[in-house]
Amino acid sequence: MPDNRGCFSAFIVNLLEEETTVEATQATPVKYDMEVVRWFTIAAAIYAVVGTLIGVYIASELAWPFLNFDLEYITFGRLRPLHTNAVIFAFGGCVLMATGFYMVQRTGSTKLWSNGLAWFTFWGWNLIIVSAVVTLPLGLTTGKEYAELEWPIDIAIAVVWLSFGLNHLMTVAIRKTSHIYVSNWFTMGMIVMITYLHVVNSLAIPVSMTNSFSVFTGVQDAMVQWWWGHNAVGFYLTGGFLGIMYYFVPKQAQRPVFSYRLSVLHFWALTFGYVWLGAHHLQYTALPDWTGSLGAAVSLAMIIPSWGGAMNGMMTLSGAWDKLRTDYILRFLVVALAFYAMSTFEGPVMSIKSVNALSHYTDWTVGHVHSGALGWMAMVAYGAMYHMIKKLWGVEKMYSESLVNVHFWLATIGTVVYVVAMWVSGIMQGLMWRDYDEYGTLTYTFVESVSAMHPYYAMRAVGGLIFHVGTLIALYNIVMTVSRAGATRSAGSVPAKA
Amino acid sequence: MSDHDKIYSTKFQDKIERSTVLMFVVTAIAVAIGGIVEIVPLFYLPNTAVTGGDGTYNGTAHKDKDGNVISMDKIVWNPATSAHKTLDEWQAGDGVRTWTLLELAGRNVYIREGCYLCHSQMIRPFRDEKDRYGHYSIAEESMYDHTYQWGSKRTGPDLARVGGKYSDEWHIRHLSYPRQVVPESVMPNYFWLANGKVNVEETVQTMKVLTIMPFNPIPKTIYTDAYIDGAAAQLEGKTEMEALVAYLQGMGNHIKFEEGVNYRD
Repeated sequence: MPDNRGCFSAFIVNLLEEETTVEATQATPVKYDMEVVRWFTIAAAIYAVVGTLIGVYIASELAWPFLNFDLEYITFGRLRPLHTNAVIFAFGGCVLMATGFYMVQRTGSTKLWSNGLAWFTFWGWNLIIVSAVVTLPLGLTTGKEYAELEWPIDIAIAVVWLSFGLNHLMTVAIRKTSHIYVSNWFTMGMIVMITYLHVVNSLAIPVSMTNSFSVFTGVQDAMVQWWWGHNAVGFYLTGGFLGIMYYFVPKQAQRPVFSYRLSVLHFWALTFGYVWLGAHHLQYTALPDWTGSLGAAVSLAMIIPSWGGAMNGMMTLSGAWDKLRTDYILRFLVVALAFYAMSTFEGPVMSIKSVNALSHYTDWTVGHVHSGALGWMAMVAYGAMYHMIKKLWGVEKMYSESLVNVHFWLATIGTVVYVVAMWVSGIMQGLMWRDYDEYGTLTYTFVESVSAMHPYYAMRAVGGLIFHVGTLIALYNIVMTVSRAGATRSAGSVPAKA
Repeated sequence: MSDHDKIYSTKFQDKIERSTVLMFVVTAIAVAIGGIVEIVPLFYLPNTAVTGGDGTYNGTAHKDKDGNVISMDKIVWNPATSAHKTLDEWQAGDGVRTWTLLELAGRNVYIREGCYLCHSQMIRPFRDEKDRYGHYSIAEESMYDHTYQWGSKRTGPDLARVGGKYSDEWHIRHLSYPRQVVPESVMPNYFWLANGKVNVEETVQTMKVLTIMPFNPIPKTIYTDAYIDGAAAQLEGKTEMEALVAYLQGMGNHIKFEEGVNYRD
């Protein structure tokens, strides 16, 4: 084994064998607190269906506006925040909490610090999601992108998030292993950063129970908003899910992480560097020029650790590539890494001023977000969920392994269709807006660019629908797996190795 | 030496990995730096439009062609020095002002309906954007916008300078049934805004809150007690449609921009 695998070689090999060794070597085997993880996992599978369904619907509204049906509650402007909140905080959040609690126990060979607090987190988080479903269609919003929930819910988010963070931190503290495993670094980084971001970005003075205004204005509010906006991506959808990657790729491939040193670099470079990127969303705006340039410069630098991390995940499969032919779960994880590498190259390119001048305000940004959210985040999430479900319910196989494969192809094709549609429409918009005719006047009116988008908006809706069908199949497969396992498992007894 | 005692990276890294507290603290410091460097200076550097509400700015200084500093009173409306003393007297070109009470009610509708998700309010300094929308936006123009509305996507056109471009009648028809005016539009119909009455209490409360903001509060010389006290009577019976149109018509015509002046540094 190459030396660069470092202490993880011993560590992960332990992990890989833990199912057999923990019980064999300890007088009392570790009984993990996995019931809450099961619930989070099921919730995630349901929210993925709901979140992508809303996404498909609002995408269709842009292609066929009659779908707004003159109902204020389902207009694009009201449902779009519900879509982003549902996929990021409901689906993404439940995946992060399920895997966070799962990994921190298993990498530390310990139960949760507080199982009761974990249940508080579960019910609290779900209550927040329900309140989002109620308030956003009613138009109760702060008007801050990706942070639309009003102040009472914001306070609830802070409390529940800290309950998750405290439990994770304390479980790391009571671990039985000497080193903290890399996945937990990423989770910890996410918890700290999201706390900072959420608190500062949500600073507002209430007007009523359902309305409030940011304490910041203009330039400062924009910078705070995109510091939040990009780092919700950087630490929640990237950092948190990299933690998942560093645990589930080695576990599923049955190989230790390719390089321990690379993972150290990956973590610290991202943790320190990602924070700076938000300013690249504000190129050519009224912010001082240096802010966007600084954001872009650090964005470009981030290609190195991001690709290092992607390589680290990919190369973990060296010597096990043949598994991709038969292991559908591994396919999810590997394609996720490919999308991760692609998105982390595309993002820095889009942050360059001359590219940003074209791409900003267009669908290209929407495409970029979805290549990350669908291709990377959702794919790695499903890889981890399928892996966990087998362990959590103690089954050898999913109800249908071939449905896992069908889901994999629907997810991959859906993502590609979506992203390609948005690339074409985004670049076309940017070019049409800036085009001049031979007389030195603008070639196109704005609305000509809108009507030119129609085929791509339709194509995007189709891509999203394909992805959505995949999530439905996944939910069916998961429910069938769980109910079968439930039938064979005696009620109440949880296998120690779950 | 057992495998677990061997150090594969640096001593410091190994120490961090073994200590929950150290890992937490070092991470908490590492993630804080970038935000501090990028956000904090925007509260004191020039041309970031921060004011204590007393007519002073941190060195914001725009210069004309000859290098002479342009008085901030020409950019941001100052009732103390302007010939127009109240929001009702204010005229386009007097400088950046905050929203009148009807506009403020309209802005609440704008935010509620998520207009910012498809319309930006930030014109970039490009030739095509100047031709399409007008003069590029400057920091002062959103200095009173608590919860900024710059947006990030143009599914529809930028609205930063939409004020005065179309008649009120056009706006009402367009908002009500966009495709009757612009057949290719993908905007939802908002005819139902004409049925809703503005929320008077909320608008009045919004005005009060905006005067006590820690950053860029609305000066009490603009939102005077008398103005706030008279709001309820003036807003009574106004529809959300009227308010939204007032907000749109009040956008972007505050400053009289002069040729050849660099309003951004």
